[in-house]
Amino acid sequence: MSQLPSELKYTESHEWVRLEGEIAFVGITDFAQSELGDIVYVSLPEPGRILRKGDSFGAVESVKTASDLYSPISGEVLEANELATNQTELVNTDPYGKGYLLKVKLSDPSEVGSLISAEQYAKLLP
Amino acid sequence: MPYTPHTEYDRTAMLSELNLSSTDELFREIPENLRVQKGSLSLPNALSEYEIEKHLFRLSRLNRSSFDLISFLGAGMYDRYIPSTVSAMISRGEFLTAYTPYQPEASQGSLQTIYEFQTMIAELFGTDLANASMYDGATSMAEAAIVAHGINGRNTIAVSDLIHPHHRQVLNTYCWAIGLKTEVVPSVNGVCKLPEVGDQFACIVVGHPNFLGNLEDLSAVREWCNASGSQMIVSTDPIACALLKPPGEFGADFVVGEGQCLGVAMGLGGPAVGLFGCKQEHIRRIPGRIVGKTKEVHGDQEGYVMTLRTREQDIRREKATSNICTNEALMALANTVYLCAVGKNGIKQVAEASLRNSRYLQSKLEAIGMKKVDSSRYFCEFAVDLGKNAAPIVDRMLERGFLAGLALGEYYPARENQLLVATTEKRNKEEIDQYVSELAAEVGR
Amino acid sequence: MNQEFAGIKKRVPSPKLVFEKSSPGRVGCNLPSITTPEVDLNQELGETRSELHLPELSELEVVRHFTNLSHINYGIETGFYPLGSCTMKYNPKINERVAGLSGFTQLHPMQPVSTYPGAIEVMVQVQEFLAELTGFDAISLQPVAGAHGEMTCLMLMKAYHAAKGQGSRRIILVPDSAHGTNPASAARCGYEVKAVPTDANGNSDVAALKGILDGLGSEIAGLMLTNPSTLGLFETQIEEICQLIHNIGGLVFCDGANMNAMVGTTRPGDHGFDCMHLNLHKTFSTPHGGGGPGCGAIGVKQELVPFLPSPIVCRNSNGMAQLDFERPESIGRVSPYFGQFLMEVRALAYLLSYGKEHIHLISECAVLNANYVQEKLKKVLPPAFDRPCTHECVLTAEKYKKEFGVRALDISKRLIDYGFHPPTNYFPLIVPEAMMIEPTETECKETLDKFCEALILICEEASVQPDLLHQAPTSQIVGRLDETLAVKQLNVRWKPST
Repeated sequence: MSQLPSELKYTESHEWVRLEGEIAFVGITDFAQSELGDIVYVSLPEPGRILRKGDSFGAVESVKTASDLYSPISGEVLEANELATNQTELVNTDPYGKGYLLKVKLSDPSEVGSLISAEQYAKLLP
Repeated sequence: MPYTPHTEYDRTAMLSELNLSSTDELFREIPENLRVQKGSLSLPNALSEYEIEKHLFRLSRLNRSSFDLISFLGAGMYDRYIPSTVSAMISRGEFLTAYTPYQPEASQGSLQTIYEFQTMIAELFGTDLANASMYDGATSMAEAAIVAHGINGRNTIAVSDLIHPHHRQVLNTYCWAIGLKTEVVPSVNGVCKLPEVGDQFACIVVGHPNFLGNLEDLSAVREWCNASGSQMIVSTDPIACALLKPPGEFGADFVVGEGQCLGVAMGLGGPAVGLFGCKQEHIRRIPGRIVGKTKEVHGDQEGYVMTLRTREQDIRREKATSNICTNEALMALANTVYLCAVGKNGIKQVAEASLRNSRYLQSKLEAIGMKKVDSSRYFCEFAVDLGKNAAPIVDRMLERGFLAGLALGEYYPARENQLLVATTEKRNKEEIDQYVSELAAEVGR
Repeated sequence: MNQEFAGIKKRVPSPKLVFEKSSPGRVGCNLPSITTPEVDLNQELGETRSELHLPELSELEVVRHFTNLSHINYGIETGFYPLGSCTMKYNPKINERVAGLSGFTQLHPMQPVSTYPGAIEVMVQVQEFLAELTGFDAISLQPVAGAHGEMTCLMLMKAYHAAKGQGSRRIILVPDSAHGTNPASAARCGYEVKAVPTDANGNSDVAALKGILDGLGSEIAGLMLTNPSTLGLFETQIEEICQLIHNIGGLVFCDGANMNAMVGTTRPGDHGFDCMHLNLHKTFSTPHGGGGPGCGAIGVKQELVPFLPSPIVCRNSNGMAQLDFERPESIGRVSPYFGQFLMEVRALAYLLSYGKEHIHLISECAVLNANYVQEKLKKVLPPAFDRPCTHECVLTAEKYKKEFGVRALDISKRLIDYGFHPPTNYFPLIVPEAMMIEPTETECKETLDKFCEALILICEEASVQPDLLHQAPTSQIVGRLDETLAVKQLNVRWKPST
């Protein structure tokens, strides 16, 4: 059974968002990482890039699959987590912690309302 | 039929397992109006194996090959000696009739030879790495240009006019389809004249040796690329690389070339094999298969697998780095066996023989007043001025038993009187003397 | 395991790389000696290279190296190779003999056209044969592989629309079950890809297609469709589908990967397709060579002929084979010369061996073999769709995953221990735990029986000793290899130790 911290917000495309004021941390869910298997490559945008909600901002890859990442919110990329790109196994072992992917400065905090809760996300999983 | 083993007995037994009474019923889902009546197509009658051999032997005899004519024709494909080991090894059924090595445990033979191929091509080109092959030199070059566009997002591909004209045509077709622009870079004295530095260029493509056999100033090209922020693509001849400082050592981002000269029959142009090497930093963007070394999951035995597979079309679909799937594995194997057979010293000998023969040819031609056109350095091929239209001379030299070279007028109208001549290691002094005297007679010197 | 099946044990140390066998001074070929005067290489070339790390071996060592490597490689000549979608049929030996004739191999592609009338005649004969078999008006042999042929057809579509002032059509439709090359080729032509779903019977979902066409009709350049589909099923509504696309001004491309199901039985040109590609290395018996060369001829209807790659090979009014370079509307060259000429020679030998009288046997026996295998296996591995299949059957191993944690890949790897090459796994993507089996027409009933027996035994093993499958294969020179390690610690070439 995959882990689903209740304080996070989720998307149907298996990303999560953690809010700290106007700053959002973004990553992929425990379910997503377990479906992918051993993650061997993470590509992320340069800091400074402006994302709109729904934009493809990178990809995570295992040996046999590649999965595009879609931004759950709009805003400016403050940081792409180098730990995740250099030690990709952290995305598998600690997807909600050290294995986060982006730190984004929100440009439209109201969008957070359209994200789904852990409970709603759980219903989407098989 | 020898290829379909089904006897009447087999057929009946198999159909009865399927509760069918005739093979026609196997096709019951195909609408009746779309079915072809057996034997109704307008096709030639079946031939026995002997008749097939006779038919194709007769057609083959209508052609005049480089076994019938002494060839001084190069222009991107070369009449080089193919060691007997090459054909023997690539005819082995285990290599010849294998599919792409998707099941590595049962394909270690193919995989190891590809790893060896990648190593040898990277070594010759002076690049960090090479892939497992592309279709041919032309598409290899076009693919490199498209990768360059992906790296810097720029839409103009600068290409030297001394890249093989057919290769440029292929590049143009590829670029037109994907929405890129090509800009032809002119040349002076048989080498490329670099354009103004500009941030519109995704890359520049130069030949080294170029189509006229001449060597470019790759250091200048590298500097131009640094100034323009463009990728440097060099199309080269792997035999020349046995002697030359390789393009990779000049800092080329991509080195591409035609591998036919390494043990592959000319075969009217196909199958050829595209060579593709590049810097390490580009590895995730390149097209084609790559084989890597690894270990067993539950053991220590080393082995080889296809790797970085997420670049490829079967996984990444429309976001793949290319649409290439099938490559030229068997021809890459021919290259690998060739390079082992001739070895480190043999390839140098082949290159040196080609070069020395061309210098001798040049001196003999100059002695009868036929000058090498460009004063640039060259490898084993050069343009010579005949003083009159070269195209009819080429045709008439056939009657004297020679493939005289390529008349350049068709591709470079200003060079109508020029003949592009190449010498490989297969030519010798006697043949060159004979060629020059026949050419003199034909041109009227 | 039943001894009858046991593959030869090959657990010996991995062979050394050829570089590790090198000994300075050895020579593997007696090359022509140099007869012309010495020159100063540095002066002639400018900068020359310092090192060249290539091996030095005797001729016997070269032969042994590659012969031993061939022994740890599986080919059609080694055993049954039912790799779905790849048509691994026998590659006749006469093909190799005639393709090796010096009057074909020693031709330079830029020698005067007058010197190779026999080669042009070969190309025309191949084209004529393929045109009649597929029902298209013209064939081009210039594309060098399947994906290259697909891409060429899309280029033709692009040129066709542009010529009609419809260059703004930006979408190519591709079924969700399609080969990856389809969307990848579309991307290469600047097209956007939109998926067409598959219905409950395994056909293209015509209702969904109509919906897409209603909304986007004027923006659609065409549809790429594999027939029979990658599910190994004939598209029963193919004529209607083609008509729907034509109604909105689009064109329909047939992916010819599955032509083996149709040779001499039905013709894609009659189905309503505008163009198609063929894989001569699948359907027409040229060898796969461990991943290539391919040979990707294309067929087109009259409306696309003006755009074909230049030059075209044709007959003049006197019936003489010739090259035609006067092609003002051509898309240009897609490869530098005439395509894979020596593969075209092989294909001609193959086509002539069947001829008018027997050509239908290819599809007939291929389809018989696939249906026979599907029937014999249906109790252990049910078909994804309960219908007659064409030249291949797509089965699902889903229940073994659910019940025993055994995946299609595990079953496949175990097949290697039984001496067979595995089928294609996990394709098409829409079938869970897919196993796609394509026996081809060149296999006899005894081989199919033995293969089915092996799979039935393996499915039994899956329920009682699943670890046997998880650990398979154990009969080969290596066990399962660590592909994660291969990516994380990339090692793609040997380097000399310094």
